[in-house]
Amino acid sequence: MSLESVGTADRSRNLSNEAGSIVTTKLLEVQGISKSFPGVQALKDVQFELDRGEVLALVGENGAGKSSLMKILSGIYTRDEGTISFEGRPVEIEGPRAAQALGISIIHQEMNLMPHLTVAQNIYIGREPRSLGGFALRERALNKKTAELLARLRIDLDPRQEVGELTVAKQQMVEIAKALSVDSKVLIMDEPTSSLTASESETLFRLIEGLKADGTGIIYISHRMEELGRIADRVTVIRDGRYVGTLAKGSFDVPTIIEMMVGRHIDENARPTAIDTHDNDVVLKVEDLSTRNFINGVSFELRRGEILGFAGLMGAGRTEVARAIIGADPRTSGTITVNGKVVSITKPTDAVRHGIGYLSEDRKSLGLLLGQTVSENILLPSLPNFSNALGFMQPAKGRNVAKRYVDQLKIKTPSVQQVTKLLSGGNQQKVVIAKWLERDCDILIFDEPTRGIDVGAKDEIYALLTDLAARGKSIIVISSELPEVLRLSHRIAVMATGRITGFLDNEKASQNTIMELATRGHE
Amino acid sequence: MTTSTPPTPTPSAKNPEQINPPGGAERRGIGQVLRSQLQQSLAFATLVVLIIFFSVSSSSFFTVSNISGILLSTAVIGILAVGTTFVIITGGIDLSIGTGMTLCAVMTGVFITNMGLPLVVGVIGGIATGALMGFINGFNITFLGLPPFIATLAMMLIAQGLALVISGVAPIYFAEQAFKDIALGTLIPGLPNAVLILFLCALVAYVVLSKTILGRYTFAIGSNEEATRLSGVNTRKWTILIYTVAGIFTGIAGVVIAARLGSAQPQLGTGYELQAIAAVIIGGTSLLGGRGSILGTLIGALIMSVLINGLRILSIQTEWQNVVVGIVILVAVFTDSLRRRREA
Repeated sequence: MSLESVGTADRSRNLSNEAGSIVTTKLLEVQGISKSFPGVQALKDVQFELDRGEVLALVGENGAGKSSLMKILSGIYTRDEGTISFEGRPVEIEGPRAAQALGISIIHQEMNLMPHLTVAQNIYIGREPRSLGGFALRERALNKKTAELLARLRIDLDPRQEVGELTVAKQQMVEIAKALSVDSKVLIMDEPTSSLTASESETLFRLIEGLKADGTGIIYISHRMEELGRIADRVTVIRDGRYVGTLAKGSFDVPTIIEMMVGRHIDENARPTAIDTHDNDVVLKVEDLSTRNFINGVSFELRRGEILGFAGLMGAGRTEVARAIIGADPRTSGTITVNGKVVSITKPTDAVRHGIGYLSEDRKSLGLLLGQTVSENILLPSLPNFSNALGFMQPAKGRNVAKRYVDQLKIKTPSVQQVTKLLSGGNQQKVVIAKWLERDCDILIFDEPTRGIDVGAKDEIYALLTDLAARGKSIIVISSELPEVLRLSHRIAVMATGRITGFLDNEKASQNTIMELATRGHE
Repeated sequence: MTTSTPPTPTPSAKNPEQINPPGGAERRGIGQVLRSQLQQSLAFATLVVLIIFFSVSSSSFFTVSNISGILLSTAVIGILAVGTTFVIITGGIDLSIGTGMTLCAVMTGVFITNMGLPLVVGVIGGIATGALMGFINGFNITFLGLPPFIATLAMMLIAQGLALVISGVAPIYFAEQAFKDIALGTLIPGLPNAVLILFLCALVAYVVLSKTILGRYTFAIGSNEEATRLSGVNTRKWTILIYTVAGIFTGIAGVVIAARLGSAQPQLGTGYELQAIAAVIIGGTSLLGGRGSILGTLIGALIMSVLINGLRILSIQTEWQNVVVGIVILVAVFTDSLRRRREA
């Protein structure tokens, strides 16, 4: 399937190459785009085309080059090679303003709003109604204009409200209104639903349908595969900065797209190889763990070499259990036994001393020093081991240890001196794992281990966790993705409203049995 | 674990597509206004309490001549603070306003006394000196990519050095009474002109900040510079302009202090920038950018003058005055951070 579509792409490219004089009626046509940054080829010979009134989904793993491509179209980057034709004319897009003038608008993935300004001030920033030679603001006209725009888009917001006071979903609506406030012919949306709930997404989709009917061409970037069938007319896949292929509506399904994205087959129904851990020693025993007005009498055992999954709905208390165990939050009751000895853990340092490492779901702000090198991050908790009696660092010793982890965990980085920020999400996660392994943690608690990591890299993390367990580490995995829990865990603890509602052995667990336990006590 | 939308009940279900309950926005609007004004209201309350306290403590505090004296001593710091409010709202800082003011005063002296140029030309020349320094600060920050702290620290030293070199390390005196009247004359009986200039500066700054494009971009850049740039706003140009505006106020302050002292004192200036910045912060402008007001700055500057004046009237040693001002700054910034923590 993927090979076939690559073929189609090649043919169409040849066609346009021979016939440079053909009058194209495409809204936007992008050919042979390349862009490199120092040391990285971000894009190589990428192409796609967009019709009026069409939604083209652009998919690819993190780091595949989608965002770079969109930044070229919106004038933030300039391309090294290639052509961009807009309504049949070749164009140069030299800055955000030039893109706006052409009618290309972009809703960036990261929020690009001024939190201290109001909704209206944000939407029309740079294009405020003015008087007195363009220097004085006409605030009332601005608010009126915004109210009209919001009414037309059926978005209910107060133009005078400060944006920082809005929820993320409403801020997203402000972004959309902002993009649509210019006369957009092409609208680029970079993961617009990543922070929206299902019903908010549905509102967005209806908005998109309205725009399609008006003839707007939409480039839609998303990681949520299930959305594509709902909203996309065609799907273009890029991988490692290269064009892979384009699939038309009716000819794409999720497994095919994922295969094109990662370049190999991924089995979504994989389960852990059945290793019986029931007879192993209990390394961590938690009894009657409670916190003030939330966690209520949680007890469980974790055995050597076991992966214990924690499943449950949002707010069921899984993260809170982990935080209570490591002493990040105060407990009202509970005994924690590590390797048969009752231990006193009142702060995270105690947990680390007893060999319990917690890998936060918020890797970027709580797990890593993004501006520091791979080596510095790995060694951070174990620094005393890499300095001499006077406190002087022993850099060579540290580098060697860091290198060993880079090899062992297959961390993709040019060197251990690379700044962590520049690694992909999956490799950053591996750095965090290396950090705790070096600190001699035998019990690892992973909170959403693959959040923000793309499909291909997820597989590697899964393999890594399975391997760690096989080598005798004991692992707790907290995950909101049921396939992930099923894929990894030997046993699954299901939580609802602060208590454990049941344990399931992997063989007996399914999405249904988990959901049944996860919703227990909700009625 | 993240919870997305706050549990605001939808009062009207007439339009199910509405994602925002209509009443919610209004209610929160009022709360938000109160909260964003909190720091300023606190500052104002502090000012009132201080005035009452000193009036009760000493009969010589609340007199026309003393109040007029307080206002006069507020003028120079106040004008500097008003200018630097713009810079601080962008999330930047300007350390060069103190010695910069001195250089402007010296240049005014050079123009009027040494070169014998007409008064108006001299004054404009002095103010232009400030504008030029601000422009250079802005250029260094935007085009050379220097952090504002470094760029303006360098300018602070350069201005200090130049003021000494140009003046030959000696005061330049002004002979003309008309020049001294710029600060000490009384167009309005009982009110020194310097105070009038402060209020005019504050008024102009207030209008520029709240009613013009420049003001809007000042807040936008401070709130999220990258987003502002991506919205097609030429943030470099506006940043330079904002620093230039701050420089103009520095120039005005330079003229006023020269007129008040009847001379340009080249050794003066260091420390004024910190007092001005303190006034801005006490007035509720956030050092993180995006938030601030001229009225707050004015109140902040008055608090400092009233404090210093009151402590002097109560015969408290000069040495203690700085300690008290330092504590006031701590309290002001602490309440500000309390508010931010509640917002987060």
